Amino acid sequence: MALGAEASGRLAALLRDNAEQVTKRWTEIVAASLRGRLSQAELRRQLEELHRALVATGEQGTIDLDTEHATELRAVLAELSRGWARQGFSATETAIAVFALKDALLELIEARGGEGALRDYVAFAGLIDQMGLFTFESFVRTRESLIADQAEQLLELSTPVVKLWEGVVAVPLVGTLDSARAQVVMERLLQTLVDTGSPYAIIDITGVPAVDTQVAQHILKTVVAARLMGADCIISGIRPQIAQTIVALGIEFGDIATKASLADALRHVLRLSGVETARRQSRRDA
Amino acid sequence: MTAGVDLGHPQAQAIQSDEDVVRVRQLVRTVAVAAKLSLVDQTKLVTAASELARNTLVYGGGGTVEVTTVDNGRRRGVRILFADSGPGIVDLDLALTDGYTTGGGLGLGLSGARRLVDEFEIDTGAGKGTRVTVTKWAR
Amino acid sequence: MERVPILKIGDILLVSIQVDMSDQTALQLQEDLAERIVATGSHGVIIDITALDIVDSFVGRMLSTIASISKVLDAETVVVGMRPAVAITLVELGLSLNGIRTALNVERGMELIAAARSDEFEEDDQLDDAADAETTASP
Repeated sequence: MALGAEASGRLAALLRDNAEQVTKRWTEIVAASLRGRLSQAELRRQLEELHRALVATGEQGTIDLDTEHATELRAVLAELSRGWARQGFSATETAIAVFALKDALLELIEARGGEGALRDYVAFAGLIDQMGLFTFESFVRTRESLIADQAEQLLELSTPVVKLWEGVVAVPLVGTLDSARAQVVMERLLQTLVDTGSPYAIIDITGVPAVDTQVAQHILKTVVAARLMGADCIISGIRPQIAQTIVALGIEFGDIATKASLADALRHVLRLSGVETARRQSRRDA
Repeated sequence: MTAGVDLGHPQAQAIQSDEDVVRVRQLVRTVAVAAKLSLVDQTKLVTAASELARNTLVYGGGGTVEVTTVDNGRRRGVRILFADSGPGIVDLDLALTDGYTTGGGLGLGLSGARRLVDEFEIDTGAGKGTRVTVTKWAR
Repeated sequence: MERVPILKIGDILLVSIQVDMSDQTALQLQEDLAERIVATGSHGVIIDITALDIVDSFVGRMLSTIASISKVLDAETVVVGMRPAVAITLVELGLSLNGIRTALNVERGMELIAAARSDEFEEDDQLDDAADAETTASP
């Protein structure tokens, strides 16, 4: 909802002429709802900035949040809600910070009285509603991106690929594996093989409580993909229940090496590389 | 803004020669990058496109391809349409079977391409040409 | 048409594919390589596909064919440098590249060829009928 050019001018003038009074009252109302979680001075600074942007936009004519010349105003609103979202304020509190301007304005208009006061107030209130909704949306967007970031961080946290020995890397998988996570882990494992030039990888699933067909398929595909790249995978730490699931689901593990524990798997890998060279050594000596 | 690739504006490429198959791969790659598909998804889509473009050339006697960025409100994706006016496929079930080929290939083109994409539609019949539409969504 | 260069390093032929090959280029490489193996008497071929961002069924088949041809010509073929995304895609496509040896990089590929050759010679030493002994040592 846009505010007409004339009304915008009146709003800008009203806000400008009573700047001190409006921001003071506005700050008081918002501060009351926040119960001291943001210092008065900081709150006042933020509201003054919003006040300035509103005046500046109003002086240029029609205030409409959707247009080009309200860019500055939108930026200030977005910045405010971003900051509040990150500091843990609720959506309601953030919206109230904008809506409180209505109360401050109402007092001002009442005091001034005169013709068209009511009409002006309704028009201003419409604009402020629009600003409040915009703030609310920015708030939600910020929260969503925060959640997405955290989900990604969690994914990274939960999938370390560690170097066990020269040429041997391992992924100790812990917790429930869903399809998305299995995919991320497997891609990372394959990339680590390339980055470190390791021809052996151990996938340890001791910490995985259950495996479904899809996850088992992901692990199998990873082993085959690693082979295509010239590396060997060993799976260790298969729990009895998981072994039963694998057999019951009819999943073929084929010639993939499986070992009871990570230690067994490492020994197996070291023998694969170590014994072979020892054998060759002795033959050459002979 | 996505540079160079408009949402909803298809980019076309003729498939008349070997080199055109290479061009199709490059075009699909460019669009897939712009649509922000992950590296693995890009690779899957380009590989599928390569198989299907070769089918269009070898079995359809040449044709066209159209690559479009699509958006279903939640995710972005890339849609590719391969069209030829060749002899068409008589037994579709058989053609979609792994290892079946009439052209001396590995028989993985159609069936393999289907596994590499999220959506796969085929419209064909004896004498009416073949239209294959595939879509891959960003994760 | 572009041609993929074949380098000779000691006893080994090194092919580093740097371009997005058309099918013709791939077939040409297959022919060139067979000729060079015979002309140089090389016993090892390394095909470096680090730069390839996709391998479709056609290139996959070319790699298999090269491996088979060189085996007949008494040369060991190792494909090196396959990217993770390419490997994942090949698995999904259903291409297993049977009979092809692979290594993570050129260096490991060379080690693999050297190991295979030395095993063969040892078997030659040990067994009198080892003239056509097959090496079955796997990586």
